[in-house]
Amino acid sequence: MVQLNAQEVADRLQAKFGNKIRHVEEPHGFLTITVAREAVKDIIQWLYDEPTLEFRFLTNCNGMHFPDGTEKFGMVYHLHSLTNNFRLRLKTFTNEDPPVFPSLTPIFKAANWMERETYDFFGFKFTGHPDLRRILNMDNLEGWPLRKEFPLEDPFRKDKDDAMFGR
Amino acid sequence: MVEISKAPDGFEGPGFLATRLDKAVGLARANSLWPLPFATSCCGIEFMATMGAHYDFARFGSERLSFSPRQADLLMVMGTIAKKMGPVLRQVYEQMAEPRWVLSVGACASSGGIFDTYSVLQGIDRIIPVDVYVPGCPPRPEQILDGVMKIQELVENESLRRRDSEEYKALMASYGMQ
Repeated sequence: MVQLNAQEVADRLQAKFGNKIRHVEEPHGFLTITVAREAVKDIIQWLYDEPTLEFRFLTNCNGMHFPDGTEKFGMVYHLHSLTNNFRLRLKTFTNEDPPVFPSLTPIFKAANWMERETYDFFGFKFTGHPDLRRILNMDNLEGWPLRKEFPLEDPFRKDKDDAMFGR
Repeated sequence: MVEISKAPDGFEGPGFLATRLDKAVGLARANSLWPLPFATSCCGIEFMATMGAHYDFARFGSERLSFSPRQADLLMVMGTIAKKMGPVLRQVYEQMAEPRWVLSVGACASSGGIFDTYSVLQGIDRIIPVDVYVPGCPPRPEQILDGVMKIQELVENESLRRRDSEEYKALMASYGMQ
């Protein structure tokens, strides 16, 4: 079997979705492609269906928050082609708040809980998700804990003060 | 002769002992506690060591762990309680029949410990009343045994009517329970 290489995957994506591909890099030998948000679902669907690529395993997907970045919010998708033993990282960014991304649940069943987790911690919305509600945190939590502005310590605790705990 | 348990004070003669009923009941209760282990993390591992042959928790009459709150006398909370777990713990406590006692084992159960964060309950006494706290991160089995012996002391000496007292009712009311 011919080994799939990063250059080939990047070239084929470039040929198919030329204007939607924003940036291609390979940090630590890991092909990482930044794409336009409106095309991310089509690209992942194409990667899934394309006979010689077959990226049919969603290893992980989660949110990102860069409060000082030009685009504050992002999603990162880790795809794995089991037939080629090849991994691919897809990123997409937006400045919208709350950010809205297409749900991958029609392609990957596994995306259901991952997107719920991302909603739980970042407050991202996913259009087409069947059941978007909190999954790990308690239901009545206010705010999105993994956004950088969220206070880490429990703000209701009275017995720890600055003098002793360096808050 | 092996002394299994110290007899309560009373009027003693050949073949009989006259004592107060609450003393006798206290003696029986203290030496046959059925603990419910609510173990969520490393303190639970220390508790498993406490139950093992070397430390032998059964010596204190707590041979039989109760995994149903309905038959348990002592709720032993061992480990970090996430806020999402809080309502579960509270429900377990509410399902226990009177008289009931609570032992909070370790820094996390007692105060949140090192987990000073939004997702962790900062001490179980925010949702249920606690009788004895065992410090440590995690405490050694000796410390857990010491905590249980403190509970036994309470069980042995508390009035049988304590739980009808105004203070106890006020305590329960402060937790929003009956």
